[in-house]
Amino acid sequence: MRGLLLDGLDKSFGATRVLRNVRLAVPPGEFVALLGPSGCGKSTLLRIVAGIEAPDAGRVTIDGRDVTRAHPGARDVAMVFQNYALYPHLTVRQNIAVPLMMRRLSAWRRVPVLGGLLPGTAAQRRDIQADVTRIAEPLGLAPLLDRRPAQLSGGQRQRVALARAVVRSPHVFLLDEPLSNLDAALRVTTRREIVDIHRRVGAATLYVTHDQAEALTMADRVAVMLGGEIVQVGTPTEIYENPVDLRVASFIGSPRINLLPAHAGEDGAVRLQGVATGLVTTARGKLTLAIRPEALEPAHSGWPALVEHTEYLGETTLLHARLDTTAVVLRAPVSQGFAPGQPVMLRFDPARALLFGEDGHRLPAHEAQHA
Amino acid sequence: MGNAARLAVLGLLALLFMAPYIWMISASLKPTDELFRAHMALIPERFAAIENYGRVLREVPVAQYLWNGVVMCGGILVFQLLFAIPAGYALAKLRFAGRDWVFGAVMLGLLVPAHVPALPLYVAFSGMGLLNSFAALIIPSTISVFGIFLFRQFFKSLPDELIHAARIDGMGEAAIVWRVVLPNAWPAATAFAIFSVVAHWNDLFWPLIVTTGQAYATPALGVLHFRTEEAGDDFAALMAACVIMTAPLVLAFLLAQRRFVEGIATTGLKG
Repeated sequence: MRGLLLDGLDKSFGATRVLRNVRLAVPPGEFVALLGPSGCGKSTLLRIVAGIEAPDAGRVTIDGRDVTRAHPGARDVAMVFQNYALYPHLTVRQNIAVPLMMRRLSAWRRVPVLGGLLPGTAAQRRDIQADVTRIAEPLGLAPLLDRRPAQLSGGQRQRVALARAVVRSPHVFLLDEPLSNLDAALRVTTRREIVDIHRRVGAATLYVTHDQAEALTMADRVAVMLGGEIVQVGTPTEIYENPVDLRVASFIGSPRINLLPAHAGEDGAVRLQGVATGLVTTARGKLTLAIRPEALEPAHSGWPALVEHTEYLGETTLLHARLDTTAVVLRAPVSQGFAPGQPVMLRFDPARALLFGEDGHRLPAHEAQHA
Repeated sequence: MGNAARLAVLGLLALLFMAPYIWMISASLKPTDELFRAHMALIPERFAAIENYGRVLREVPVAQYLWNGVVMCGGILVFQLLFAIPAGYALAKLRFAGRDWVFGAVMLGLLVPAHVPALPLYVAFSGMGLLNSFAALIIPSTISVFGIFLFRQFFKSLPDELIHAARIDGMGEAAIVWRVVLPNAWPAATAFAIFSVVAHWNDLFWPLIVTTGQAYATPALGVLHFRTEEAGDDFAALMAACVIMTAPLVLAFLLAQRRFVEGIATTGLKG
């Protein structure tokens, strides 16, 4: 298969198992975000793909070639590091040229001074310079080519790192939290730039982040990684609307999804606090009813709750309330004006509610047929 | 005010440390009889520079000694860097079985004074018929455990990502050492170079053991030969010889002063 294929990867550091049987396929041209909280093993996975770390078991295949034990330089991958890892002693131009020099010039041609005397070296170096300029131009780096990394701002360094990574059109493009060192405003504009570069290069892109906003806005598909496992892979919509696991449901979404203890009777009807929800499932007994804050709304009838405090966000108000003993949060229209201590009735659309069994797995649910 | 006080203290200390050297220069300019007067004067009554320096230059193969010193120190430094930089890199950045043991051995090496292995080394060079050669002067000092230690500590501070990026860009370990690590370790390399050159230029012990005669005599040894064989009690000429032999180091230091101070400050060697 072309692109990147990870199969059954395992990795432990001492007694700690950081990766468990990780499988993932990224075809060329696809942007996959590897999303997970810090310490879930996502950076380790990226380092294994790059060849910086070796897996205990499993295979890494790039463009149909098994590269599990190959040198990082022989894998046709490029990587952007969190702290950029630019060569401090080289100018921007030289930094971007390094991957091309290492690949196109033979060891003899790279020897300082003497290499330049070999026939053909000058022409090859001119080609490299042309490629550097071609990649630097659209990133706005043209005026900075003769500066050193220390003389650049964080955002500029970031773009140099991107240019250095894509200049040789790698088959696989890896990014390790590339936006985490930028300020909030720059982060949003750089997202767009990274997606643009990905489109232009057409590589299989794997983007590691702990920021779900980045993953959901940038990626074609999101792989959610929790505790060393990839729990779900899907489009951003699937991940948000249709999580297969309670952990995914509660990891994705801000504010967090509301988790309410519910109960399915012998007839399969799901009841919240003894009141029928209009949902029917195949499971019986205790289960978790998960409702996104925007699917829960104040109404004239429903479940009684008590407002605890409110957060005014401009376009909506976040209403923090207590439903029986469970804290819930919902988005309410600003116009309704709630005050702490005020009782409120809550209602939700059964079509947008999710059911999870006691083991955390998603349960099938459908709306009860009203007579 | 604070500045002036600081300058005064520093100036006083500098004067104190430089006093013997200044006295040596002063003595090298005086006629011999003036040296033994009861009262001390820094400025000679009669300048005898031409006599003193002339005598040294006439009777001592100064150029030969200086050249020997340059070849020996240069040779030692080149090999020390050639071995210590890759070794320091391996100890700082590569993971291999037994690395901690090797580093322990390096630390142990730091504890052994250079004079301890002198006798076995002499026997070995004698056995190989290499006495009285540059090889005998250079080879025992080519591996500097201090250098390995210094570079290892400095390389530790380089971010791992830089090395990883270089590998992904297609560099092998040798290319990483010379193209990425060394260019970012100039302060350490300069500091080490100065320590090494000063130590070996002034070293009397080892050259005295493995060389005889003038052919391979280093500057320090040259001064010694001059004192015993030529100068006798002509201390003014002896001082002139000392000035000539130490001048290259002083000049080199003045030229590299800024880098030297930079290196000491960034490698944390001061104090």
